[in-house]
Amino acid sequence: MEDPLVFLNDWTRDGMLPWSAHCAAARQFDLSHATIEGLALRNGIFPARYQRNRSMISTAEQARLFFSRIAVIGCGGLGGYIIEELARLGVGQIVAIDPDVFEEHNLNRQILSTPANLGVAKVEAARLRVEQINPAVTVTAVRDAFCCANGCELLAGVTVAVDALDSISYRLELAQVSNEMGIPMVHGAIGGWYGHVATQFPGEETVQGIYRHWVAGKGIEQQLGNPSFTPAVVASLQVAEVCKIILGKGELLRNRKLAIDLLEMEVHEIPYGVPLEMVRAA
Amino acid sequence: MQVTVKLFATFRNGRFKIAEQVLPEGTDCRRVVLDLGLTEDEIGIIMINGRHGVLDQKLAWGDVLSLFPLVGGG
Repeated sequence: MEDPLVFLNDWTRDGMLPWSAHCAAARQFDLSHATIEGLALRNGIFPARYQRNRSMISTAEQARLFFSRIAVIGCGGLGGYIIEELARLGVGQIVAIDPDVFEEHNLNRQILSTPANLGVAKVEAARLRVEQINPAVTVTAVRDAFCCANGCELLAGVTVAVDALDSISYRLELAQVSNEMGIPMVHGAIGGWYGHVATQFPGEETVQGIYRHWVAGKGIEQQLGNPSFTPAVVASLQVAEVCKIILGKGELLRNRKLAIDLLEMEVHEIPYGVPLEMVRAA
Repeated sequence: MQVTVKLFATFRNGRFKIAEQVLPEGTDCRRVVLDLGLTEDEIGIIMINGRHGVLDQKLAWGDVLSLFPLVGGG
């Protein structure tokens, strides 16, 4: 057989391509899983691994997800879950950015950390994890800290930037670079039982507004640390926002922030419609 | 004057969720924050009657002041 597309069509059942046929095509034509998945989706073939997406995500939408490039800045508590969920959702390219290696105190919550990979770079663990759960997804692992100096290079060609940082100053830099590059940013932050999520589009200054009273240092996470469930909750809300931005559907958390309290089970919506000046930052 | 103070997240620990406070005329947010034993550095959001406020802002009779701590972990 000469043509991989003919092969894929032959093996498609009820519009869906089973993983076994996907693998067979990759072997027979010596193509990557990413190439096979791209070929399938471009030609209206739905990879069967996404079949439970199907009632909410059409083949054309699954293709949009696959041809998107999402940067996840920070691969710790939030970032680990975000990468896991993006890869399972079928986002085709993930840029994972983090300078750190796993340490023992990460094990209570960071889904990419295991006793076996202590000392291993977080971005390398992210790449290996995604290779296991969805080999069609390409992870670009960047073992570096995001800042204004390297931001433009790291976010080149990116559809959405997802903030999974643990530093307010780097977040403000990410918000600035995203805005300058015209990239939407999904912001999330956590501390103890508490967290918040907001989406900022170019021209908006939501993240700056959220941290307008910040001078230096960290927030309540410094004293409280973070449990296993808070990053999972906030990361999942962030991925829902990324999915909606890519697909252009639903109501985004623009010009507002959801503040989540998992101890009292309260959710508060804080408006950020009017640009707010930094009050105390130098 | 009487104002309503609402506290969120860790600010509630050992304090309250909501309280009516009787304050001298012209009291600003900073005074309320410091009287609660909070420091300026801990403040994430100040809302006065549902609009963003600042520490220097003077309160008026019947105002509802909401205080949220700074959250920045990931």
